Order: sequence, then structure tokens, then C-alpha cells
Amino acid sequence: MLKLTVNDVEVEVEEGSTVLHACEEAGVEIPRFCYHDRLSIAGNCRMCLVDMERAPKPIASCAMPAGDGMVIRTDTDRVRKAREGVMEFLLINHPLDCPICDQGGECDLQDQAMGYGLDGSRFSENKRAVNNKYMGPLISTVMTRCIHCTRCVRFATEVAGVPELGAIGRGETMEITTYLEKTLASELSANVIDLCPVGALTSRPYAFTARPWELNKVESVDVMDALGSNIRVDARGAQVMRVLPRLNEDINEEWISDKTRYAIDGLRRQRLDTPFQRGRDGRLHPVSWDEALKSLATALRKAKPKGIAAVAGDQADVESMFALKSLMTRLGSSNIDCRQDGAKIGGKRAGYLFNSTIAGIDDADALLIIGSNPRIEAAVLNARIRRNWLASRMPIGVVGPKIDLTYDADFLGEAPSNLDAIADGNHKFAVKLKKAKRPMIIIGMGAMTRADGAAILGKARRIAEAYGVIANGWNGFNMLHTAAARVGGLDIGFVPGRGAMDIAAMGKAARAGKLDLLWLLGADEIDFDAFSSSFIVYQGHHGDAGAHHADLVLPGAAYTEKDGIYVNTEGRVQYASRAAFPPGDAREDWAIIRAVSGAVGKSIGFDNLAELRDALCAAHPHFADVDQIAPTKWSSFGGRAKLSAEPVTYALSNFYMTCAISRASETMAECVRANGVDSSTAAAAE
Amino acid sequence: MLNDADRIFTNIYGWGDTGLKGARARGDWDKTAKLLALGHDEIVERMKASGLRGRGGAGFPTGLKWSFMPKEVKDRPHYLVVNADESEPGTCKDRDIIRHEPHKLLEGCVVAGFAMRAHVAYIYIRGEFVNEARRLQTAIDEAYDAGLLGKNAVKSGWAFDIYLHRGAGAYICGEETALLESLEGRKGQPRLKPPFPAGVGLYGCPTTVNNVESIAVAPTILRRGADWFASLGKENNTGTKLFCISGHVNNPCNVEEEMGIPLRELLEKHAGGVRGGWANLLAVIPGGSSTPLMPIDVCADITMDFDALRNAGTGLGTAGVIVMDKSTDVVQAIARLSYFYKHESCGQCTPCREGTGWMWRMMERLVSGEAENYEIDTLEQVTRQIEGHTICALGDAAAWPIQGLIKHFRPEIERRIAARHSIDAVNAAE
Repeated sequence: MLKLTVNDVEVEVEEGSTVLHACEEAGVEIPRFCYHDRLSIAGNCRMCLVDMERAPKPIASCAMPAGDGMVIRTDTDRVRKAREGVMEFLLINHPLDCPICDQGGECDLQDQAMGYGLDGSRFSENKRAVNNKYMGPLISTVMTRCIHCTRCVRFATEVAGVPELGAIGRGETMEITTYLEKTLASELSANVIDLCPVGALTSRPYAFTARPWELNKVESVDVMDALGSNIRVDARGAQVMRVLPRLNEDINEEWISDKTRYAIDGLRRQRLDTPFQRGRDGRLHPVSWDEALKSLATALRKAKPKGIAAVAGDQADVESMFALKSLMTRLGSSNIDCRQDGAKIGGKRAGYLFNSTIAGIDDADALLIIGSNPRIEAAVLNARIRRNWLASRMPIGVVGPKIDLTYDADFLGEAPSNLDAIADGNHKFAVKLKKAKRPMIIIGMGAMTRADGAAILGKARRIAEAYGVIANGWNGFNMLHTAAARVGGLDIGFVPGRGAMDIAAMGKAARAGKLDLLWLLGADEIDFDAFSSSFIVYQGHHGDAGAHHADLVLPGAAYTEKDGIYVNTEGRVQYASRAAFPPGDAREDWAIIRAVSGAVGKSIGFDNLAELRDALCAAHPHFADVDQIAPTKWSSFGGRAKLSAEPVTYALSNFYMTCAISRASETMAECVRANGVDSSTAAAAE
Repeated sequence: MLNDADRIFTNIYGWGDTGLKGARARGDWDKTAKLLALGHDEIVERMKASGLRGRGGAGFPTGLKWSFMPKEVKDRPHYLVVNADESEPGTCKDRDIIRHEPHKLLEGCVVAGFAMRAHVAYIYIRGEFVNEARRLQTAIDEAYDAGLLGKNAVKSGWAFDIYLHRGAGAYICGEETALLESLEGRKGQPRLKPPFPAGVGLYGCPTTVNNVESIAVAPTILRRGADWFASLGKENNTGTKLFCISGHVNNPCNVEEEMGIPLRELLEKHAGGVRGGWANLLAVIPGGSSTPLMPIDVCADITMDFDALRNAGTGLGTAGVIVMDKSTDVVQAIARLSYFYKHESCGQCTPCREGTGWMWRMMERLVSGEAENYEIDTLEQVTRQIEGHTICALGDAAAWPIQGLIKHFRPEIERRIAARHSIDAVNAAE
């Protein structure tokens, strides 16, 4: 520990800290533009100047390593003058267009000008004007406002791993650009908007739509992937205007993916705002809730219990799955499945969790990825792998097609049968894995949804056990899910009971005409051809594939429109909050199920969300521990069958469109257009 | 005045053979192995004792700088980098060393590199020096062919390689850390210090960056002894120095002289005096464009060394002496320098990026008088807002000439403003 004195206050900071940290430790706020906790130190804005004893001139506190016995002053005349000088320089060429700037109200320059700005300008020359740069459909640029802090450049190079942003020119003609004026080919690109301390990079889809002070801000959880990134949903009235990241060191730090941020305009399109019933003409007609419930009750009564099945989709909240499971139980059916993609997972909890935790990636020193493209399936998590790789150059092996992961990886072959050689130790990557102290395995849905998924899981478990992936205090066996609902569904056992049908069996039964009624809780990505003979009830929020094939549509709420519990890929229980109300006659999903239970006269034991959560926590106590990961025991799981030589394909090929919301999103459609074919699939096609 | 016997650069005008044969005849490469036999630390000690101060402009003691290198080579190799990016307006000494005494530089590289336990030296030469780069490369090739460089340099058993790297013509790349960035293939922008290059330099390895002249004089100092060098010049400002005299003198030239020579003597003995006589002198910029100018009354009895010039509010810098007689439009001259700094600012840090352009634009208005008197103070304050607040010294270098101008020639600026106002008044009346 180092001892420093800041404005006569003694503070202790850790070795390797900077003077800026020490000042913050002493409770002194240091103004800054270029400095950012998660980026390398640039020291170029010069706003953080402080006085150091015996230094002939003020020092940049962000870049100066803290030293034992340093005496720092931040309140001297010289410091104030220096900062005022820097502020004046920043402002002379900064346009005075705050009233029409989207950053207005949440602008670092605006805020700090209140503290260090002069009341008038001494600059009587012409201001600089800079051409705007095209950076794709997400980022709107007004480069005249740029103060050259280079945060965006450092983010693109360091975190996102796409060195496509940079500065050209020098002196006052220096400009930040993508060089070729093309879309930033990163799934994390829009984070530069948050990083930009001024209004140079702002959100294009959100441009000129709202001011920060008129938004209702709700802290919630993202469902676009299985990470459960912490987000803040800003809504005005019934409309979600934007999504911003919320700090969570254990999950997303302060980044979110472009899909998390921008798929929300899909919430305004293709919405189901009233119940629909398929008429004799084969078309869906709007009906009242009374009619819808009545006809569903009739259909449920008519169906044989064994002929009723329910499938939960990828964004279902735990409460509605729990309610639906309860209702199905009351109806006498255990034909339920939360794995609409047919993934061969479930059962032992350690077998379907990201056991090391996401933060655990920082500790890994070797990584084997099996059938997963984390760049697309969990872009924020991929940035964490990249950070570890940048620092440690840990060996990374991938079983699957070649892709650009933003870090170097050995591609060990596309067929899962390559795992045999690793398990036997006859593979050069096996040597690297053996040498590692904290090796990690990440298994993706691309592997788990295959016919030999269970066998791959079993093989991976045996590799893990043989190579020290499971060791004292370390469990690097990780399942990377793509569905936000999946772990929650598995945790509450939304899987077929003994002898009951899973999704594949349901399809088979339906083809044989033995499935009377299929209830889809937001499940859109199933093979609907198989179910043409069944009465399909679709409960969800978007007019996507499910609604198109449904005989009865029950309009539900999207993730921003309900309080719900989600369990992320690590098994972390998180509570999402409602930011807006569902449109029209749409209702929260658990309430719809409760209403159906009333209509069929099968009580499921709760009348409000609190009672539901009580029942949920009574059945599964770990749901009461918010933001916690319940400890799991390691045990045997997975199959022993022979691994196929058929190449693995990744679960997702198009990052931008993976769910009903993102498919309805115009912004996501523009991203697909702007990126041509998605960058990762393009690499895979080579 | 310096005795011919004490001259280090005996072929600075290129009157003799500039190749290896000629250099050997002048004593270069003479038993270099014996110099190396002194040992790493002894060489550094002797350089310290000689009192040589860096010839690149800042005047930091060279021996002390060498001593900052780690005493042991661990996992990272040591590098010597020679700064031949001589771009300071008014300075052309390194160019003549490279043209006419390239072997002095190469031998210096071997000695200095050995002293700091480096096996590799990079010479970063200014992009515009096309012929000089060719000349230097020829000299390097000659040295390799003669076994003076390579696996067993000067038969000392010490492997030493020299690589010549041509810059692309940016003034800022003469700043040592920007030079390293450029050498590594990146945009030439100064790095934050600390860490200093001796700890984390080229490719993250311990590195010392020295000026051409500092390196080129090292072998002679070691040969003739630190005492000899220290006996020349003044205390704390020892030895000889190449002065580059340009501007309104009868005979502009490069000349090697003792440190601490009076400016007037320097100009009159070597440069044929000020054009039109001493009384016709307006001002002198003593150390390259970055140093504040001195009016004639200061010039009269100033001596040319680091300390005396610093006390006079200016600096020795690179010893690029720019002489301006009374025909000079001094405001225009400084405005031109301001344009230079605006053009050469790298744009990395705020005060320099924004301030140099602002200063230049104000200077341009002062040239024509299209300004108000209070703007002189504004300009002065702007220079103070830049000075000392930037990552590297370019901000200071841009600020100082203007400060010098305002300090010594404020009445001239005010006269122009008044003249312009009266013209405007007449025009308005018509």
C-alpha cells in the first residue's frame, strides 16, 4: 500500500494506482475527459492536472503512477488556472449547439464547463468545422463537436478488437475517423456512444427523440442473450426510448451489445395488442379476452391430458414458466419443455451452468470452446475473453468452423469427434490444456442441439475431469446459453416429466395426430410444419412465426413491460423491472395463465405476483437470493455415445436477428444491411 | 576562440575525404576496441566527468542519461536510438555531421551502445534528408565491410548493429518518445512520461535516445579525456559545440566553438558580422526557433551557453542562431514560427492542438494590426495556458517565441494596431 497526501488528507492506495485514484480515494473529484477506467491511459485531455510537491509544472493525475509519500494538491490557484485554460481550449473550437445536441443534459463537457468554463469567449477567430464521418446505422456523428479524447479509438482497438477507428491528420486538423467511412464491424460498436464525453458520437436511432430529463429510468435486465446484462431502460410514457448499460462488474461491466441497445425499436412493431382467434376462413380475427379464454378453456377440456403440451420460448420469465408448469400439472400433463431448439441439456445443474462465472474468465489460462461463437452468442462475454487473451495470450482452441473471434484461436477441426483426440491426450491442444492451471471449457448450443449433443456433453465432462478443469476452488466447465429463459426454465424443471414428451417427441406425436393442443409461451423458433394438426395456442408479444401458425393468440408482455425473474447463463438470479405497460389489451404473462386457470377451473394457487413468487421460492429456494448464484455440486452428466464426424454449426449466424423483438426491429434490419452478410458468418464461409 | 587543435569535427565543411579512409586519417575508429575495454560503467563515468550536456536542445547531462539504463540486461534487450530528425528551424549541425563526419557518429554509436549494454542502435533520420540518408547508409556499409560493425564490432567481441530508419518528415518525431512511436510504426505522438524510455522505451525495452552531436563527440571525449573536454567552455557548460548561424549575417555558417563564447564574438569572428554592422542588429534567436528572441541590448554581452541564456530568459537549445537585422518584420517572423508550430503540432493533447492554431491566428492579426491592444494580453495569457500543460515540449516551444516577442517588442505591436486603427478611421470617414 502507498501512502499519499491529497489536500492535507492522508490516503492509502494500492500499488499500481494512479494519482487520480488517490485523489478519488481522498474524496476529491478530478475532472477528466480522456481517462476511462476500462481503457488504456491516454493522458491527452489535460483536464486532470494537479499539483505535485517538487514538480515544476502541474502533472496529469490520470497518468502519473502514485508513489509513496507524494504530496498532491488539487485546490491551488495554479491547478484551477490550468484546468480553466484547458477548458477554454476545448471550448474555442467546440460549437455552441448544445440546444440541438443529443448529448445535452448528459454531456461531460457541458457539466465540467459549469465548473471551469469562463463566462464569455475570448476567441474571435472562426471556429473549426469538421466533416461528419459515416460510422454505420447506429452511430450518428457530428465531428465538429469532437474533443479528440480518443476514448472511441481505444475502445474499438482494445475492447472490441476491431482496430477500425483512428485519428488521421495532426494538430488542429486531426480527425477521428473509420478511415474508410464504413460501419464499425463490431457487435459492441454502440458503446462508443456512451464513452464519447461530448456529442460527437451519438445514437442514430435515438437522434432527436427525447431529452434525458424527460425519461423515466428503470433498472432492469437484458434478455437478448443469456448473459443477463444489466441495463437501464429509459421510457417516455408507454414507449421505451433507449436502453443503456448499467454497471455490473460480474456480468457486463459497463458494456452492452448493439442488439441489447437497439433491438428495442422492435417493441413498437408487429405487436400483439389484442387476442386473436383463427376463424373458419383460416384467418386470425381479433376477439375479446372473454371469448379467447372461453375458447381456450373449451379446447383444454376437450383435449386428452396426454395430448396437451407446452413449450417455453427463449425470453420467457421464470414466473410465467412457473405458472404454466403449475397449470399443466393441474391439467394432468407433464409434456413441457423450455428447450425449443432441442438442446440435450438439463438435469444436473452443474451440467448446464457457466460454472466459472463470467468474471471467472479473467482467471482462466487456457480455453477450449466447443461449438460456440461467443462473439455472436454473447458479445460482451467475448470482450472479456479478449481482454484475458490480450494480457495473457492464453491458448484458445475452438471445435467448430473458422470465425473471427477478435482474438487468435486454434481451430481444432469442425467435427466433435476431434474431442476424442483431446480426451485421449493425443492432440497438441491437449498439451496446452494439461499445462494450464485454470483451464476452461465453453460449450455452446451449436454442439448441444445436435443429435449427439448429450455425447458431446459427456465427453466434455470427461475432458474437464481429466484436465483439471474441475479442481479445488476452480470449476471452468461452462455452458454458454443463447436463451435468456433457458437456465430459469431448467432450474424450475420446465422439462418433460417421467415418460412425457420433449420438443422432438411432441413433433413426432403431432405428426401422428396425437397432440391435441400445443401451448407456446413465446416460442417462435420451432418447426411448425410438424404441428399442423394440433390446436396451437401462442402466448407472446410479437406477431412472429408463432402467432402466424397459432389458432389462438394471447397477447403477452415483452421483457420491458413486466416484472420478471431471469436466470443468466451463470445461474445468477436477477429481477427485471417494468419500464412501460404492454400495448392495448396485452397482459403480463403470468396473469394470462392465471386467467386461463380460472377459465378451466383448475386453480394454480396464487392470485398475484407476490403470491406467485412466494410459491416459486418455496418450491425453488434459490430464487429468493437475488443477484446470487446458488452453489452447485459437481456430478456426473452427459452421454457416452460415439461422437459424430459431422461438422458443428454454430447456434446463431446472424447476430442482429435472433428473437421476435430483434426480427421486428428496423434498426437491426439496417444493421444486417449495413454489414452485408454478418462478419462472422462471412469468415466461416471462407 | 577555439584552438584548431581542440576541434572535434575537423571535417565539418567536407573539405576532406568523408569516407572511411578519410575518417581514419582524422583519427576516427582508432583503437575503438581499447575504448570499449574501459568497460561499460567506466565509459559512463568518464562521460559524466566530461560534463557533456545533450546537444539536442534540452541540455540534459549525457553521461547521467546513460547511467539511467539498467545495469544488467534482463529479459528485454537494450537499445540506443540516435535522434537524427533534425527539424528545428535554424538548425543544421546534425546534417553536416552526417554529410561530412558520418563515421564520428557511427563510432559514437558503438561506444555509447556498448556503454549502455545495447547491441543495436537505430538512427532515425529526418525524411527530408534524402542525400544525407544515402551518405550515412554508405558509411554504415563501409563500416560493416571493414568489420567495425556486426557480430564482432571493432574486434572487441561485442556484437553491434546499426539500422538507419527514415522518418516521414514530421517535426514532432524529433521528440524522443514520438520518435520511438514512429520507429515502432505508429502515428508519431509523444508518450506520457513516466515511464521514461530508459525503463520502457522502444518496443517496451530500456532505451536511450540521444542527439547526433552528443553521440558523435563521445569517442573523441573518451580518447582525449574527460578533463580535456571539461577544460573547455565554462563550468557546467563544458566543451565545444556546433553553432549554426543563419539570417542577416554576412557569412552564414556552421562552426564549432567553445561553449560560453560571447555572441558578438561568435557572429563577428565566424559569420562576418551582422549585415550592415552591429548597430543594424534587431534581435537574435539564440537556439533554434523554440527559444525566445533577444533584442540587441541583451545580445551585446551575452555568452552562448545553457546557463547564461537561461538567465537571460531564453535558451541555448540547439544553438541554431538566427540573426535578424533592422530590415526584419519581427512580428511577421514570429507569426511565421507560430504557423510552423501550428502545422507541426501532433494534435494529441488539448492545449497544443487548440492553442497553437489560436496563437497563430492572433499573431497574423497582430502582423496587420487588425486587433485591439488588450488582445496582446490575451495572447500572452494563451501562451501561459499552453506552457507547461502539455505532454511534450512542443507546446512550450510554440509559446516561448511569442512570449519573447511580447516581452521585447510590445511597442512595435501596439504601433501597428494604432496605425491600422487610424487607417480604418480614415476609411470610415470617407
